[in-house]
Amino acid sequence: MTQVKMTVNGKAASGDVEGRTLLSSFLREQLNLTGTHVGCDTSQCGACVVHVNGEAVKACTMLAAEAQGAEVTTIEAMANADGSLSVIQQAFQDHHGLQCGFCTPGMVMSAAALLKENPKPTEREVRVYLEGNICRCTGYHNIVKAIMAASGQDVSRIAAE
Amino acid sequence: MPKDGGIGASSKRREDVRFLTGTGNYTEDININGQAHVFFLRSDVAHGTITSIDTSTAADMPGVVQIFTGADFEAVGGVPCGWQVTDKHGDPMQEPRHPVLAHGKVRHVGEPIAAVVAETLAQARDAAEAIEVDIAELPAVVNMRDALKDGAPKVHDDLTGNLCYDWGFVEENKEAVDQAFRDAAHVTKLELINNRLVANPMEPRVAVGDYARGTGDHTLYTTSQNPHVIRLLMGAFVLGIPEHKLRVVAPDVGGGFGTKIFHYQEEAFVTFAAKACNRAVKWTSSRSEAFMSDAHGRDHVSTIELALDKDNNFTALRTDTYANMGAYLSTFAPSVPTWLHGTLMAGNYKTPLIYVNVKAVFTNTVPVDAYRGAGRPEATYQLERVVDKAARELGVDPIALRRQNFITEFPYATPVAVEYDTGDYVATMDKLEEIGDFGGFEARRAESAKNGKLRGLGVNCYIEACGIAPSNLVGQLGARAGLFESATVRVNATGGLVVMTGSHSHGQGHETSFAQVVAEMIGIDESMIEIVHGDTANTPMGMGTYGSRSIAVGGSAMVRATEKIINKAKKIASHLLEASESDIELKDGAFSVAGTDKSVAWGDVTLAAYVPHNYPLEDIEPGLEETAFYDPSNFTYPSGAYSCEVEVDPETGKVSIERFCAADDFGNIINPMIVTGQVHGGLAQGIGQALLENCVYDDNGQLLSASYMDYAMPRADDLPFYDVDHSCQTPCTHNPLGVKGCGEAGAIGSPPAVVNAVVDALQRGGKDVTHIDMPLTPSRVWAAMQ
Amino acid sequence: MYNFDVETPTSIADAVKALGREEAQPLGGGQTLIPTLKQRLASPSVLVSLTGIAEMKGVCMTDDGQLAIGGATPHAVVAREAARHYPGLADLASHIGDPAVRNRGTIGGSLANNDPSACYPAAALGSGATIITDKREIAADDYFQGMFATALDEGEIVTEVRFPVPEVSHYQKFVQPASRFALVGVFVARFGDGVRVAVTGASNDGVFRWTEAETALSSNFAADAVNGLALSGADMISDLHGSGDYRAHLVGVMTKRAVAAAR
Repeated sequence: MTQVKMTVNGKAASGDVEGRTLLSSFLREQLNLTGTHVGCDTSQCGACVVHVNGEAVKACTMLAAEAQGAEVTTIEAMANADGSLSVIQQAFQDHHGLQCGFCTPGMVMSAAALLKENPKPTEREVRVYLEGNICRCTGYHNIVKAIMAASGQDVSRIAAE
Repeated sequence: MPKDGGIGASSKRREDVRFLTGTGNYTEDININGQAHVFFLRSDVAHGTITSIDTSTAADMPGVVQIFTGADFEAVGGVPCGWQVTDKHGDPMQEPRHPVLAHGKVRHVGEPIAAVVAETLAQARDAAEAIEVDIAELPAVVNMRDALKDGAPKVHDDLTGNLCYDWGFVEENKEAVDQAFRDAAHVTKLELINNRLVANPMEPRVAVGDYARGTGDHTLYTTSQNPHVIRLLMGAFVLGIPEHKLRVVAPDVGGGFGTKIFHYQEEAFVTFAAKACNRAVKWTSSRSEAFMSDAHGRDHVSTIELALDKDNNFTALRTDTYANMGAYLSTFAPSVPTWLHGTLMAGNYKTPLIYVNVKAVFTNTVPVDAYRGAGRPEATYQLERVVDKAARELGVDPIALRRQNFITEFPYATPVAVEYDTGDYVATMDKLEEIGDFGGFEARRAESAKNGKLRGLGVNCYIEACGIAPSNLVGQLGARAGLFESATVRVNATGGLVVMTGSHSHGQGHETSFAQVVAEMIGIDESMIEIVHGDTANTPMGMGTYGSRSIAVGGSAMVRATEKIINKAKKIASHLLEASESDIELKDGAFSVAGTDKSVAWGDVTLAAYVPHNYPLEDIEPGLEETAFYDPSNFTYPSGAYSCEVEVDPETGKVSIERFCAADDFGNIINPMIVTGQVHGGLAQGIGQALLENCVYDDNGQLLSASYMDYAMPRADDLPFYDVDHSCQTPCTHNPLGVKGCGEAGAIGSPPAVVNAVVDALQRGGKDVTHIDMPLTPSRVWAAMQ
Repeated sequence: MYNFDVETPTSIADAVKALGREEAQPLGGGQTLIPTLKQRLASPSVLVSLTGIAEMKGVCMTDDGQLAIGGATPHAVVAREAARHYPGLADLASHIGDPAVRNRGTIGGSLANNDPSACYPAAALGSGATIITDKREIAADDYFQGMFATALDEGEIVTEVRFPVPEVSHYQKFVQPASRFALVGVFVARFGDGVRVAVTGASNDGVFRWTEAETALSSNFAADAVNGLALSGADMISDLHGSGDYRAHLVGVMTKRAVAAAR
């Protein structure tokens, strides 16, 4: 066991971990931040995406020990300070960009990373960016629409309610 | 003007807030004080005799609590099958015992052999590796036709062979069908494979067993679509726990798609082990484990023949299907290729004579059971592919051939035992032609050709049977359960309501749409209604969510219970208003006396029910809580017409979906936003089946597509925006909401549209290709073109 | 995963020292290694993380006009920072895995692993890059030695990779639909003294140079120049995603497209 220290959602966090402890396990099991989900073991589904030092990372494919000293942000810190939904979260609700909710935390974290580097992505850019986030419920239509809406684009001409 | 609440409004989903903020409560998020973890040692061979299991080294490993093997489960029951099919001779299907942990033999890769309970999952896995298992490997049987040959290895030594049943439907029609084929002007024949799929809800399965020694109460938290069904099957048939001592909770569940209907060994194990170890036991599936332990879907090999007269009227249909059951019978497996498939073979057409034969086969593979659509996609795929092929052989327009043979009068009794109550197949096809802009196709094709791509247009129809189902009917067909649904509506003193439903929501948005129905009925705000589901301790016995049944059956139960509430509330109101009960009207959340300005608010009536000071106690009981059970009198029959436009890259064989249109008839609609989302998801799964997904075993029964590295899940960049329309509405005639269900349509209707489109593209491009089996991967399409 | 210790050195020297421990293994971004460990297909007792070593990170031009990339530089950084120096390479880096993978995965890790379907080996071989380790410099032509096999010794670290910058180049990837690795990937680079063509994803022997195409393209750098050239499907990987013949065919198609798109 070694001790790791990092900043998670703006607060100092520490814990004793084994070498093999994944960042996702540390967040879920030691910090009780269960919003970060684990949907696969081959680093493909993206349900576990968090931000480490401002960049999207798959928390199931990073050791907790590697996050020593890092700034980690999870889905639990994505709402506005007053607890209301952020622009991206609100767009997901407004455009029905989620169903079962399991992939949703990773989708929101990836969407936030995308819009930071590309504030007005095209449909194609959104779809390509989501290569590492698998959703089984929505068929992606409303996720793509929500992300484009969150970027301030008019999505009213995209088919469907 | 779109409504902003109640039936027909696109109300935003209330469940989204918790999911978007990371505060959902999935089974994996549940941790019980003192819980241990289990790791299952699973077979890495497809077929073999277990000659010895030595757990002595493993038992001494750090953190190990207890190790279990098949011998520990000899005294309890096997995992039961919930549907008994009778074969064409009138005999029951062959039904093997399905042990919780393998005993004597292993029959598929992934079958659990031993289970290690330890302090941590890592310790459990470490110890499992130290268990010494000797297995004398036997030849495996994977291919269904091989499995039925004389001398084939037997999956179950105590059965007469690998044939589970040989089903004929309708057996009495067989001779007439054969005669119609002899008389036909044209016969189109097609052999095809409905590829084996893995459902892959994004949340892997999890089960936590808990036991209270002081009271003898068991609790199982599990990722299930139907907690009451699990309680019944596991309690009564496997572990012998009476239902009043067993609580099953399915909290937030991250998608189901069928594969979370079934009762699995892992659920029985953690429940059993929690008592044996006297502490909570948790199992968390990895995705790799899910591939070899979740029931798979589809896997049919079929030959279909369509007979037409000289005027291109369909005169008869004949199909032969081999349906893979895998190594054991999963909960509803026998019903999928029979009653959920054969009864759908008429499709949208007035074909007068139909005969369906299905041979269900045991193989050394993971059990196969219902996956989104369950039987209906297999029927639709066969039918819509053979109709398309017939049109091409006859040189007629595929849409015109369909229109010519449409059923146009309702109710319509098919030759395969079901009666469609309503539908308008001409209207959905008209709508499809409108939204699909087929007139502009040639111009789009020319544009694709300029870029070196072959463009094709595929069209098909579908019919499905949802809202499963009348209990007395399914009982005759072999179901070992009723298929009613239930709801309890509890009105609180201050007017808010809690609806406890036997349905379960795992993405479908029941918490929102169910509340819309009750809000509409009473005329109050949706926010006054809470929908509770998923816990056998606080919901009435229900059969759960599958087969697009929730709103049609569960919603109807809720309507009935709410009607009872309203009737009783009117009695109270009539007392408060000193008027005759028959004069009381409920509108916008207030009771009034017809023709007067006298009224009393909803909240005053509900308060009176719980503070019955001025109350007709001699006539009615205090309180306002009602339960209803609803058993439907028929299936519902959603239908629609779909089109797909593809581009094929002739150099690589890669297919891209350029446009996908869906015109559905779901009857009345509660929440259009949610319905559209359900169609989107179904389309993605159907397109995934058609282009990407394939569960593949090698000849030795090793699973080759065992992770997302080899099983291609549809990604955002594989799919387009869809054009979805559900303005064609022929309400269901036999349920109070006039609803039909929408959950599976997309997955049922889309695969043939994709394949028809690719065949169209290749034929327009001058390639002599009449069929390619799904998935239409680049390599398969390229090979077909060579 | 089996358990292991994690060392997080901040210098190459400390990393080399840590790798001297029994059954120690270097850990780059871990995007392949960690999933492998989850399957318990490897059991190192020590993982030496290289991502905290500043001297192994970054992208710059050397005095002799080569592009130098630190071994611990993530793909996303290469995609951004190499774009103006070597657009063909930056474009390749911008399509490896997915965005989250690109933020962690490193060039050194990819080259050390030499997955037969990885992208970077095609770029290194197709550019005639030099692999620089803590001990020596290895020419790409000597470095790749078959599937998952390289010239690296046990514990040897890829500290830097130097790429000669071609006049024009392009990488065409045809993805395996599940893993999104290359079913076939072809890197084409035209230098003043000739053309190099490196193929990944296709061969049972891992990344390789398609010398016939190089010859043809060196005399005529046009897509049509490879018409008539064919590889044998017998030497290619054959699996559920495509036969050897299909892969051999795709090598031709991807080569032509890479030539046509080369900038």
